[in-house]
Amino acid sequence: MELQPVDNLPEGFTRGLNSDETSEEYFLNMGPQHPSTHGVLRLVLKLDGENVLEVVPHLGYVHRGIEKLAESQTYLQNIHLTDRLDYLSSHFNNLGYCLAMEQALDIGVPERGEYIRVMVCELQRIQSHLLWWGVTGMDLGAISTFLYGFKEREMITDIFEEICGARLTMNFFRPGGSFADVPDTFIPRVKKVIERMHVALDEYNTLLTDNIIFRERTRAIGILSREKALSYGCSGGVLRASGVSYDVRRNDPYSIYDRFDFGIPVGSVGGCFDRYRMKMEEMPQSLRILEQAVKDFPEGPYRSKEQSAYRLPQGSYYSQVETARGLLGTYIVAEGGAKPYRVKFRSPSFSNLSTLCEMAVGHKIADLVTILATLDFVVPDIDR
Amino acid sequence: MKTRQVGDKESLFHFWGRYLQKVATGLVSLLSGMGVTIRYFVSPDKIITQQYPENRENLQMMARFRGHLAMIHDENNQHRCTGCGICEKACPNGTISVLTAKDLAGRKVLGRYIYRLSQCTLCNLCIESCPFGAISMGRDFELATYDRQQLTFILNKTQGGK
Amino acid sequence: MNQLPTEKIFPVHNSIGDLVRHLLPGSAEYVNGFLTIASLLLVVALLPVFLIWLERKVAAHFQARLGPMRVGYHGLLQSTADGLKLIFKEVLVPEGADRFVFFLAPILPASATFLVMTILPFDHHLQVADPAGGVLFALGISGLSILGILLAGWSSNNKYSLLGAMRSGAQMVSFEISLALIMLLIVMVTGTASLREIVLSQQGTILDWWIFKLPFLGFIAFMMYMISSTAELNRAPFDISEAESELTGGFATEYSGISFAMFFFAEFVNMFVSAGLAATFFLGGFLAPQFGIGPIDAAFDFIPGFVWFFCKTFLVIFLYMWFRWTFPRLRIDQLMYLEWKMLLPANLVLLMGAGFFLAMGWTL
Repeated sequence: MELQPVDNLPEGFTRGLNSDETSEEYFLNMGPQHPSTHGVLRLVLKLDGENVLEVVPHLGYVHRGIEKLAESQTYLQNIHLTDRLDYLSSHFNNLGYCLAMEQALDIGVPERGEYIRVMVCELQRIQSHLLWWGVTGMDLGAISTFLYGFKEREMITDIFEEICGARLTMNFFRPGGSFADVPDTFIPRVKKVIERMHVALDEYNTLLTDNIIFRERTRAIGILSREKALSYGCSGGVLRASGVSYDVRRNDPYSIYDRFDFGIPVGSVGGCFDRYRMKMEEMPQSLRILEQAVKDFPEGPYRSKEQSAYRLPQGSYYSQVETARGLLGTYIVAEGGAKPYRVKFRSPSFSNLSTLCEMAVGHKIADLVTILATLDFVVPDIDR
Repeated sequence: MKTRQVGDKESLFHFWGRYLQKVATGLVSLLSGMGVTIRYFVSPDKIITQQYPENRENLQMMARFRGHLAMIHDENNQHRCTGCGICEKACPNGTISVLTAKDLAGRKVLGRYIYRLSQCTLCNLCIESCPFGAISMGRDFELATYDRQQLTFILNKTQGGK
Repeated sequence: MNQLPTEKIFPVHNSIGDLVRHLLPGSAEYVNGFLTIASLLLVVALLPVFLIWLERKVAAHFQARLGPMRVGYHGLLQSTADGLKLIFKEVLVPEGADRFVFFLAPILPASATFLVMTILPFDHHLQVADPAGGVLFALGISGLSILGILLAGWSSNNKYSLLGAMRSGAQMVSFEISLALIMLLIVMVTGTASLREIVLSQQGTILDWWIFKLPFLGFIAFMMYMISSTAELNRAPFDISEAESELTGGFATEYSGISFAMFFFAEFVNMFVSAGLAATFFLGGFLAPQFGIGPIDAAFDFIPGFVWFFCKTFLVIFLYMWFRWTFPRLRIDQLMYLEWKMLLPANLVLLMGAGFFLAMGWTL
């Protein structure tokens, strides 16, 4: 087997193409503008006909330097920067940052504030999963799922618009609670969402989960072993699909998650279908949390004492939350001033994406798309 | 990639059983999926998209919708801004410039409240920081213009204030 | 129903022909032929425009949307507007493309579908040509559109296009086999390969249509025809050749303007042809459905045959659309598995079964 000279290779590759006459190897650039890389992820593939031999992801197309930017803005201003990490989990990102600040300043959150946080976060989890479900269907060629997913997602987005005025970049949580109380229509709207979602989930399962084509497309594709998942630092559905029962809400409870009764779905094989199943089974669990929260939703203040400026005492503070995609860590180093010395986000999408090179090799291009879809990453969260 | 071993040949009976079962369950799953889509097809009341801009008159924006910054004026065109500049400090993007002036008595009052929509991320921090409740978020959302210049506004209608 | 004349019908013996023959003796055949071709061209030009609108509208309602609403009544002129836009758009030729082949490629599928239209029996006397081997003609000519797609993929100088073309080639060549076998089944049971004869063999009540006439087997054959023709049409769930989530646009990635419109139009006319063949083979073609109930039969019989033909064809087209907007896409190896390991053996069994049924006289 003769290999091509190494000097003209795409970045990230060490081995050239097999230059045998019978060889069908070639490089294919997938992205940054490609429909199924969900944003501006660029993959360079080494293919043999349809088969993937090597994948090299190239990141950084939406790098906005959020961590660096955070150093020049006050703590309060930084909350709205976290909206733009993973734009489908902005409530979680806000919460992670606020938890770190609360830890530093020893601020408590009133009962109603905690309930608002949990409910809003679980709504966001469902909302994010709905978008993911629609997009996964579309990546696999079932275009209607995209619209169906958005249909229910819209109900939740309307709730967000009503409580904080935004549909995507919420900037809702503040240290000690949230910037505003929820309006009276919040609970009835949530009840309506719960009611609708139970029906909708059945529809989704009939339409996609039980569909034989979908089953065949996701069966035995992109298997990620338990060891690999752990060593790559995966979290969220990707980790749980590989058989590790780890959920920050259960293993390291923040806010008032320890009061609720909910299950953590765990997969066995770690393939695409398991990852898909994790998300689909998480939605009913989120609905369970919402049902309990609606039942005991308390009256009272929604935020502890408001401050116009926050100065974190010297030290380093870390918080972690379970976003729709996995573990989001927020690490703040403070020097005592009005601005942080350094902020670091540990985003779930980055670690989850790094398993791609392991999983996609040996499969077809279509399977690569399936794997990308079930990894459920958000590119701005990877690049930050 | 795993391939089936030569040794573990399944019997023809089993093969046909598996084959026919797969075809049957597969067909049932496909048909039930088609049932879901046809139910949407035959019920036009489930349509959720709307015809914009035809529905412009009936559009109801949420009370807290963050469209753009606006200054609250009462019926006499008076606002409550004192020109203190707290909102300017609270803004992460330098969207707001509060230019003060002196009134006849020599007191510091608001001269011009400049708002640059092109830089605004609609984060709501200025409104939260305002001690006088002088500003709020407008509910307009059709804010596109052909010229960047038109995205800079002077929010106060009158100079001064109380 | 009256016994229909079965003489050869090219050039067309219809009322226009009779009129021309009466007015200009001698030139009738030419004028008639010209009129036939012109009207067929008109149909070919208008059909995709309507079908594209229909597809968008049907898709929208499957997805709880409204679809095009602006241009004309409920967006009826939307695809006309889109077509005009495509005509006026600049045609971009990628660097390193084989220009001649690049422009030749979209013409092939368009002309192939036009040729197959000529043998579709729209009505008793509304058929341009009725060759004795009409089924063979349909099969042979529709194979030409594969060539267009392969050429398009090769000449675009784009890896995505090439991948799409190769997928499409493999797919259409293999599914053509099962399509041919199902047509063979019909030819076997009717004893003729002329499309008009096939339609006429289904006279009687609707139970005499081939979908019902062969108990069970007819229905299974119809289902298999639907599967293989969907694959032959490159439509979802078998749209792997243009799979936009994998190959961005497949073989048509580099096409724009009028050459893209040609591919697009050919695709939709092809769908009509496929559905028309399904109606001809299984649903009695232009024959009115008869239930054996006097007044209803008489009323249905009064409606001209081409209306029935279009009704049946659009029913099949709706099925195609329903599939497309419900199912996820198959992978290339699953597609091959479906064809070679499931459809083809089943086809052969079906063929044997039909022969057995015929021999035993077990038809309805």
